[in-house]
Amino acid sequence: MVVLLFQTARFAIYSRKCFFGGAWNTVGARWFTLVCVSEERSGSFEELAVPLLDRLYNFAHWLTRNRDEAEDLVQETFAKALKGFGSFAPGTNFRAWMFRILKNTFLTSRTGLKASQVPLDETGEDAALPVESETPETILIDRSNQRLMQEAIEELPAAHREVLLLCEVEEMSYEEIATALSVPIGTVMSRLARARSNLRRGVESKLKKTP
Amino acid sequence: MTHPTWPKLDPYLDGELTAAEMQEVDRHLRECPACAAECLRRVQWKRAVKEAGTRYAASPELKARVHKVISGRASSRRAWRWWPSLAVATALLVLIAAGLFFAQQSARRVRNDQIVAELADLHVATLASNSPVDVVSTDRHTVKPWFEGKIPFSFNLPELQGTPFELIGGRVSYLEQSPGAELIYRVRKHQISAFIFQDRAVPAGFMHETSMDARSFHLETWEKGGLRYFVIGDTTPEDLRALSKLLKKA
Repeated sequence: MVVLLFQTARFAIYSRKCFFGGAWNTVGARWFTLVCVSEERSGSFEELAVPLLDRLYNFAHWLTRNRDEAEDLVQETFAKALKGFGSFAPGTNFRAWMFRILKNTFLTSRTGLKASQVPLDETGEDAALPVESETPETILIDRSNQRLMQEAIEELPAAHREVLLLCEVEEMSYEEIATALSVPIGTVMSRLARARSNLRRGVESKLKKTP
Repeated sequence: MTHPTWPKLDPYLDGELTAAEMQEVDRHLRECPACAAECLRRVQWKRAVKEAGTRYAASPELKARVHKVISGRASSRRAWRWWPSLAVATALLVLIAAGLFFAQQSARRVRNDQIVAELADLHVATLASNSPVDVVSTDRHTVKPWFEGKIPFSFNLPELQGTPFELIGGRVSYLEQSPGAELIYRVRKHQISAFIFQDRAVPAGFMHETSMDARSFHLETWEKGGLRYFVIGDTTPEDLRALSKLLKKA
């Protein structure tokens, strides 16, 4: 609505210009483009949200580690998002907004409450933690190691798991992750570095156990 | 072996460095095989995490549930959008209906008041007249036939023996250009007029059966067998009611 008003204002300015310039057709075409763009950008809730369903479910399943719970969580997320869609500012990041609703919904669930009570050691500011040179570089080419990697991800603390998944799976920017998780961007960076090193350590120890 | 560039490698691969930093890392990677190898290792690691992390897909049931949420909500939203205009329209209709009703009511009240005033005038005119009655008789069997041919209907008069009422006589009267009978009774020196008109002479909506006060007169009215009776006088309402009862029974 606001966008449309803004466009109308823009149009008014354009039309005044065109009366002096006499280039009516060009302005008309420009106006048409503006309208089209604005409608494309906003879109309906369904158009924006449904394509995210699989991603949201994947994330929800990683959070809850339970299919039924994850499905309920996603359904509730959609219901809440639809209800609050009016408050969503067009032009801002819809995907981060959806993930944020999912995360907040999860936090109020039973599993989420339990997970949030697990203390997270975040005292060390080791964002710059280097990767050990003995990191097994070839292990991941092999598909059979995917299972091992998944186990290692599952064993990560929830706060590390979520930031890692949003970065690597969802390929969100640090800023988007900060929005989705409602944490400062610095926390995103330090948690991500810790999550990565934790994951490496986890995979390594698993590799040592398996012959 | 570690390099000063390594802490920047992850943000570099995440695309989170500034343009200047990116260029710096780019340059170093071209020059340093160890860092290039580490960078490649991390790219592979990232890909592996992505593949392992992309693990679950929404079931068809969940998709159906979500679609149900959206469509159910969407339809109620549509209803929501319609609701205010519908409410306004309904409110307007109610207001208009109420306005019409009250207008009609007040018009009817004015009309009723006019009729009551007219009856009071007729009663007063009869009292003031030199010849209040055209047929002077205390005998109902004289009074009733006198009206024959003078008014377009017939009526019965009550036997007054044993009551305080006394029939004085009758005359032809008019209400709304319609002829009717006016009977004059006396009770304890008060005179009472009993008017009988065809009911259709009275405007529709006139109260069917009521008693009221008009200019210190009391009035009783009712409808019986297509005839409209009005009993008006300055005596007590009890007297009027008693006479009304007699007339109704006749």
